[in-house]
Amino acid sequence: MNAWLAQHLAAIRDACRRLLAAPLNSLLSLLVIGIALTLPTAGWLVIDNLRTLSGDLPGVQQISIFLSLEAGKRELAEIESRLQSGKVGKWRLVARDEALKRLQAAEGMADIIASLPRNPLPDAFVVTPADSQPAELERLAKTFSGWPKVAHVQLDSAWVKRFDALLRLGRLIVMLLGVLFAGALVTITFNTIRLQILAQAAEIEVARLIGATDDYIQRPLYYFGLLQGALGGLFAALLVGIGFHFLAPLVAELAQLYGANFALRGLSALHVATLTATGATLGWLGARISALMHLRRFA
Amino acid sequence: MITASDVTKRYPEGREALRHVSFEITAGEMVFLTGHSGAGKSTLFKLLAAIERPTSGSIVINGQNLAALSRGAVPYLRRKLGLLFQDRKLLFDRTVLENVLLPLAIVGHPPRDALRRAQAALAKVGLPNRESALPITLSGGEQQRLAIARAVVNRPAVILADEPTANLDSASAREILEIFLAFQQVGVTVLVATHDPASLTALRPRVLRLDHGQLSELPVTPDAAVAGAAP
Repeated sequence: MNAWLAQHLAAIRDACRRLLAAPLNSLLSLLVIGIALTLPTAGWLVIDNLRTLSGDLPGVQQISIFLSLEAGKRELAEIESRLQSGKVGKWRLVARDEALKRLQAAEGMADIIASLPRNPLPDAFVVTPADSQPAELERLAKTFSGWPKVAHVQLDSAWVKRFDALLRLGRLIVMLLGVLFAGALVTITFNTIRLQILAQAAEIEVARLIGATDDYIQRPLYYFGLLQGALGGLFAALLVGIGFHFLAPLVAELAQLYGANFALRGLSALHVATLTATGATLGWLGARISALMHLRRFA
Repeated sequence: MITASDVTKRYPEGREALRHVSFEITAGEMVFLTGHSGAGKSTLFKLLAAIERPTSGSIVINGQNLAALSRGAVPYLRRKLGLLFQDRKLLFDRTVLENVLLPLAIVGHPPRDALRRAQAALAKVGLPNRESALPITLSGGEQQRLAIARAVVNRPAVILADEPTANLDSASAREILEIFLAFQQVGVTVLVATHDPASLTALRPRVLRLDHGQLSELPVTPDAAVAGAAP
């Protein structure tokens, strides 16, 4: 166990030594890896924020149930009971008097409302479904319209569908970008390790001849790839963090102009950890492929 | 300790470097392997160090049949051998001490213990004050002693040396051979491949002679040994 631990510690020290031996090269590699990871990460974060934003904007992914004017307290209670038992999500009642008051408060509407002989507005329920998938929204709207005394169900399904399609397209682009840049990261590490093997050919040959196992030779290279990838991931998190730090106040201001209370969400600690682990895994993978290919000649 | 039985080594191009070679070396024995250049000494060294495999026949070292050795087991065998290469294979960008520490790091010795053992090995070969020097600053004899220190630092039961006195003056060559003798006297088995007749006259060891890949054993007389070793 001690020998195993000593060898791993020695390999980590060796990997750090190699990383610090050529600081400029290491810095440039980290920069490239960082940028490669920044683009898909930032893209993913934008999509995630848009998804949240779509939930926060008033009227988006909500279903309005307008009852007929003849609907009384008994029908209201019946609808309430059905919404409650159906567990469709959050909902609230907008009573016809409350709706009239809101309309009167709107600019230029007071005189028009006053001239009306009676309140023309119906009672309504505004439902925010728990599942905001377009198909589920449409299913709910269809269900609601079948309920007694429901005169009209309003869902801007076209808008929701378009937005959802855009989000899906965005997710796909981010995913493709992710795959592309993951490939780039693996390639960068692959090449770095190849150059290291070439530079240390004499040492590897001697080590092999005096009893070094494959693991002993490969371990520092794997740790190097792992370390470089992890640092690249941290660097990407830093870049994304800086970008979002500058964007957040501008986006919040814009959202307020549209009547939404929206704050841009940056990377959480879990996101940073995931990004670092992803970078480390890809770095390790690049190092492993390179080591397996280029150490063959020493076998 | 070392048994070779009917060993033949044929290279893919058809050249036969060794033909039906058989010998036995007992534990604690010091044996010289002589022969002219191209006689097959280095090939036999490579077979004994498991760098190459025999085409036929078997080699058993310390009870381990090299022909049956898996690829993964080769490093563990080499750790039990003290190998000295003709070109020494020192790492010239590492210090003397770092060169000797390498086999200990490979085995996974804790750093403090490794340092103690490396310093002891350097002291044993007469290089106690050159720890921080780079090998390039050492003389040929000192470089060979460094190579010996690296070979013996893991306390092997067998030392295999390929032309350890090549390119050394007679005084340095004698010093190297005396180091081998010292190891033999404490029970280490030593096999030295050489074409240097001077080493044979000085030590009168058991001598195996290779000629065009075929082995014969010489009587232990300085004149015969010299005659057998001369190119």
